[in-house]
Amino acid sequence: MPINYYLFLSLALFTIGMVGVLTRRNAIIIFMCIELMLNAVNLLLVAFSKMHYQAAIEAGQLATQAGVDGQLFVFFIMVVAAAEVSVGLAIIVMMYRNVHSVDINFLNRLKH
Amino acid sequence: MNALLVSALWGVIMMFSGIAIKRAATIRTIALIGIAILLGLNLAELQGWQLVSIDTTGMLQFETYSLLFNTIILAAVLCYVMISGSAMEKIGNNLSDYLALLFFIICGMLMVSAFESLLMLFLGIEIITIPLYILTGSDKKNLKSNEASLKYFLLGAFSSGILLMGIALVYGARGSFALTSVADSIRLSSSLLVSGMLLLMIAMAFKVSAAPFHFWTPDVYDGAPTVFTSFMATVVKVAVFAAFVRLFDRSFALQLSTWQWWVAVLAALTMLVGNVTAVFQQSVKRMLSYSSIAQAGFMLLAVYAMNTAAKEGLLLYAAAYSLATIGIFAVLTRMKDYSFEAFNGMAGRYPWVAAALAIFFLSLAGIPLTGGFLAKFYMIKAALGMSLWLALFALIMAAVSVYYYFRVIQAMYFKPVTQPEPLVFDNLFTAQLLVMALSVVVLGLFPEWLIGLLYF
Repeated sequence: MPINYYLFLSLALFTIGMVGVLTRRNAIIIFMCIELMLNAVNLLLVAFSKMHYQAAIEAGQLATQAGVDGQLFVFFIMVVAAAEVSVGLAIIVMMYRNVHSVDINFLNRLKH
Repeated sequence: MNALLVSALWGVIMMFSGIAIKRAATIRTIALIGIAILLGLNLAELQGWQLVSIDTTGMLQFETYSLLFNTIILAAVLCYVMISGSAMEKIGNNLSDYLALLFFIICGMLMVSAFESLLMLFLGIEIITIPLYILTGSDKKNLKSNEASLKYFLLGAFSSGILLMGIALVYGARGSFALTSVADSIRLSSSLLVSGMLLLMIAMAFKVSAAPFHFWTPDVYDGAPTVFTSFMATVVKVAVFAAFVRLFDRSFALQLSTWQWWVAVLAALTMLVGNVTAVFQQSVKRMLSYSSIAQAGFMLLAVYAMNTAAKEGLLLYAAAYSLATIGIFAVLTRMKDYSFEAFNGMAGRYPWVAAALAIFFLSLAGIPLTGGFLAKFYMIKAALGMSLWLALFALIMAAVSVYYYFRVIQAMYFKPVTQPEPLVFDNLFTAQLLVMALSVVVLGLFPEWLIGLLYF
């Protein structure tokens, strides 16, 4: 499959995530949208990794390492995302304990 | 490299020390020893001595510039823990955990000033920001702190997503995460590279709070416990700037003509928004957070100009800005009221503290004989070679900033006391503050002591 399909799919997912972050008001849903953005990036990285590998094979390099680092990066993103989830959910729980809501419209105490 | 390893290890030591040791002063001393060791190791590495040598080719590269930058960062952190360490105890019972997180942040900062691969940039930035989300929300019962932490977390994760998309697109064009790699000849490659680069720029602008991506900054800095605001607004911001400069200098030098114009717009907008909004603030803490946006605008001039003067200037800026702002925040943490009126008549009651504060504010405003003046001078000099208009605009904005910094000095020296209850400044605190003020002046008088280190 041409790389364009992957590119469009992941950009579409990324945009859905971004629009979700900007429009939704529930902290958990915003959080899910951020995860969607990260996963769109993962998909794109894997697709690019495959593309670079194929390009190297077609160029005649047989035992090539091309594209491996893209897949490695995906693992790092997963680990970091997991760390971020643990901290983020803890923050949301802390917020819920104090205001009994996860609606970010409550976040207006800092505007004076 | 050595400082990086030891900082991660010392973070773990700090976590365990919380179980074994209950006395706050002891925990603080362990942290101070740790930072002193880090500073020593870093200085030793600057002389070419290494504890263990690990091959990090293609991932991290510690050359003189990044080592010198790390030295400044570590020295600033040392000052910070010395002067504000006791204020951390008042936030909660988990002093050792705060300090452990501080060490992890140091680890991230040492990474972002020396990365050679986009992977290390991403990891470094995440290692910096994730502990910061926790520190921002460390005052658990305080709703403002909760709110700041959630806001910071959501926007931080959002900008990390944008950063990652930028990295993925650049990877698509180049087939490698190495900074020095160039685009290979696949179809689409140039449009992928340019869009990836712009996304990276937006993400970095988020992280350094450049306008129009600055809107989270005042709220987060205002809501976070003041001790940690001090850390976020100074050392962390400066470290992320080092990453910004390094990324665009090493990786996108060939695309200079594409991004330079955008950075100029970002810089001008940041200076305008930061300085003008700071004028209207009623609370000194909030004024300082807008001032940190304004100073970020000046530091963006280094990204814009990207020449030798800009890189030297960034070192000076890092040192002068961090020292002055850490000093001001250290005084703020000891006050209950953050309004301008709380500073009224301070000079009569605490002459030494007021003198040190005045030097810090003069330095931030960029008055000659202080480090801040030379830092701004270098930045404007660097920009002058590229664009006269931007340099002139920076000068005007520096003049605007004098207004709100001098408001505090005026309150301290020319207004009668309105605050009935006295503040507590012990002798040690005053002495530390004066030493910091002195080093700001020394930086202004003998900048070559710092800059000269680059060329040995």
